[in-house]
Amino acid sequence: MRASLFITCYNDTLFPETGRAVVSLLERLGVQLDFHPKQTCCGQMHANTGFRGEAFSQAKRLLRLYQDTETVVIPSSSCVAMMRDQYPGLFEELGSESLRSDFAALLPRIFELSEFIVDRLGIEDVGAYFPHKVTYHASCHGLRALHLGDRPYRLLAKVRGLELVPLPNVDRCCGFGGTFSVKNAEVSSAMLAVKLQDVVSTGAEFCTALDNSCLMHLGGAMHRQYAGMKTIHMAEILAATEGSPAEATH
Amino acid sequence: MSHAVASHPILDPTLAPPFPQAVLPVLRNPQLRKNVSHAIDVIQAKRAKLVAEKKDWQELRSAASAIRAHALENLGAYLEEFETRCTAAGGTVHWAADAADARRIILGLLREENASDVIKIKTMTSAEIQLNPFLEAAGVNVFETDLAEIILQLGDEEPSHIVVPALHINRSQVREIFARRMGLKDLSDDPHALTAAARTYLRQKFLKIPTAISGANFLIAETGGVAVVESEGNGRMCLTLPKTMITLAGIEKVLPRFQDLEVMLQVLARSATGERMNPYNSLWTGVTPGDGPQRFHVVLLDNGRSSILGKPKQRQTLKCIRCAACMNACPVYRQTGGHAYGSVYPGPIGAILTPQLMQMHHAQSLPFASSLCGACYEVCPVKINIPEVLLELRSQVVNQERKDFARFFDPMYLGLRVANLLFGSSRLFHASQRMGRIGLRFFTRKDGWIHSLPSVGGKWTQTRDLRGLPSQTFHEWWAARAAQTSPLSIKEAK
Repeated sequence: MRASLFITCYNDTLFPETGRAVVSLLERLGVQLDFHPKQTCCGQMHANTGFRGEAFSQAKRLLRLYQDTETVVIPSSSCVAMMRDQYPGLFEELGSESLRSDFAALLPRIFELSEFIVDRLGIEDVGAYFPHKVTYHASCHGLRALHLGDRPYRLLAKVRGLELVPLPNVDRCCGFGGTFSVKNAEVSSAMLAVKLQDVVSTGAEFCTALDNSCLMHLGGAMHRQYAGMKTIHMAEILAATEGSPAEATH
Repeated sequence: MSHAVASHPILDPTLAPPFPQAVLPVLRNPQLRKNVSHAIDVIQAKRAKLVAEKKDWQELRSAASAIRAHALENLGAYLEEFETRCTAAGGTVHWAADAADARRIILGLLREENASDVIKIKTMTSAEIQLNPFLEAAGVNVFETDLAEIILQLGDEEPSHIVVPALHINRSQVREIFARRMGLKDLSDDPHALTAAARTYLRQKFLKIPTAISGANFLIAETGGVAVVESEGNGRMCLTLPKTMITLAGIEKVLPRFQDLEVMLQVLARSATGERMNPYNSLWTGVTPGDGPQRFHVVLLDNGRSSILGKPKQRQTLKCIRCAACMNACPVYRQTGGHAYGSVYPGPIGAILTPQLMQMHHAQSLPFASSLCGACYEVCPVKINIPEVLLELRSQVVNQERKDFARFFDPMYLGLRVANLLFGSSRLFHASQRMGRIGLRFFTRKDGWIHSLPSVGGKWTQTRDLRGLPSQTFHEWWAARAAQTSPLSIKEAK
């Protein structure tokens, strides 16, 4: 199977290890991965901050880059949610008929990483080995926008050596919210403090998620507070094997 | 001793400070935050339990949403039907275009009654039009009868929640307020003692004051009836003892048919207080000789509502039945409580309703007071897609603010404009990544993390570190790997 990786702007810049893990994981599962070198951003930051015109131009750009792609896989639930929940409205309001119909044709071929593995590849046991205590943060977009449900848990359950510790108040936001984290920094920080308490209470070594934006937020606080715990994108757990352990465990 | 919380919160959207500033006194008040989070955690848990036992909850939500949407689509006709039926049943319907209009009508009615005192059933709509201070200034003594409203009135406090308005006050604070204002020095903070004190205080009012003001949970077009639900029975007292009742209701409160209550009362009680049914469901239609108030007025309030109705994307805001499930589920509200919203309507619904009622002239910071986590939409019994409306309002605020030249160099606006330019071209985007790597090196400590940033970045680093930029972006890694494994390089390797 062929798939094209949309890595997202912030993963490209800040979390290249997540991208490398997606590549090694999916290639191990027999996927022939492409990477469009002209890709940049999905427009989520602009859309969520009220810059609709800018968000539209990025959405249009992304659509034109990927419209002939067989399958797009994205290791970031909030970016997938942006496309599913906001692109149709943007194209409806600001776009042309051709943009609307081209996007309607592309949309069913866009997958979040766990959806791609479980639904498209039909795999739950990806052959990973990660001998650590892990808690899973079900990011708001994964939980309520994409309805990922038990897919992430099914994938983690098959990882050898992994001990999964349930996260209390798993449906509660970490307070990131993109530009919310700086526009309303004080409230965002208060929400983060509450979330971090729950995360640390699990006694896990790693907090994982399918969205590095929440993990950047949680990880930033963990580092500031010497929490003795790390964040790791789930792709890196699923890519890890005995022979090549995750970079975060080095 | 004063337990004043959040030094004089201002619930007037035209005067309130922007949300990011308004939250500061609350975030520095650990007792207040504890009161709020404890109270909503209790309500949330009750709601979750009662919603879970309803196997057809999603169908009920769909039905409730459809009923409200239909009512709004045909609002004019249903309001006229309500007026006709209510008038036929002996009531009088008044139409108020705005808050000042409604206040004037209500004061006029009280003057006709020669009323120097009035008792009130809990109504947030009256707080929206700031009725109490207006009536007091006009020489009418106003007495709240809902327990939470009594606490607020005697404590000189403002509501912080639409269903549980004194949610931010705990019972030792209630004890202090009652002891001070009712002259009960030895009052304990036992809930029974507190409610007994309130009951004694209230009975005198019920027996003496013949004029009452209420809100409405629903207006029923088909019958001309009004529905009020409550937990204490004090509302029922106001509906039976007084001779005159004045009901203030937003025009969006109308339901087409009596039968619609079957759906609405189920979703409202479960969503609002986590009960299968409200303890008191009062329904009355016009005037019944020998039973209850003999003079009945309904004041229908627009106050910005019809302007919302005309906007298809935003109209869903008016489906709201004021259950407050969204604020109980909101992780922002859980930290801030209600006062920071600067409006009688706080939380997610307030964040969309208040700026719209202000026709986007005030409260522009509220649509940004959300992390867009979607918890509000998930619990809303009438399926208001609050995040969608928040985004719509955000874009309206940005379009307004952009016209302001002073915003041109605002770091946030500048940053987003530059980011848009960079995302428009991979060449520029990649160049900016390389420049960022060099620029941020200056801020990156030996441990590889950034602990402090200037400007907008400082808002991040006030509580969070940021990992320094890695030496290679993903696309650089991909390109390098592709170069290694390309047929050309394989050939060379041979």
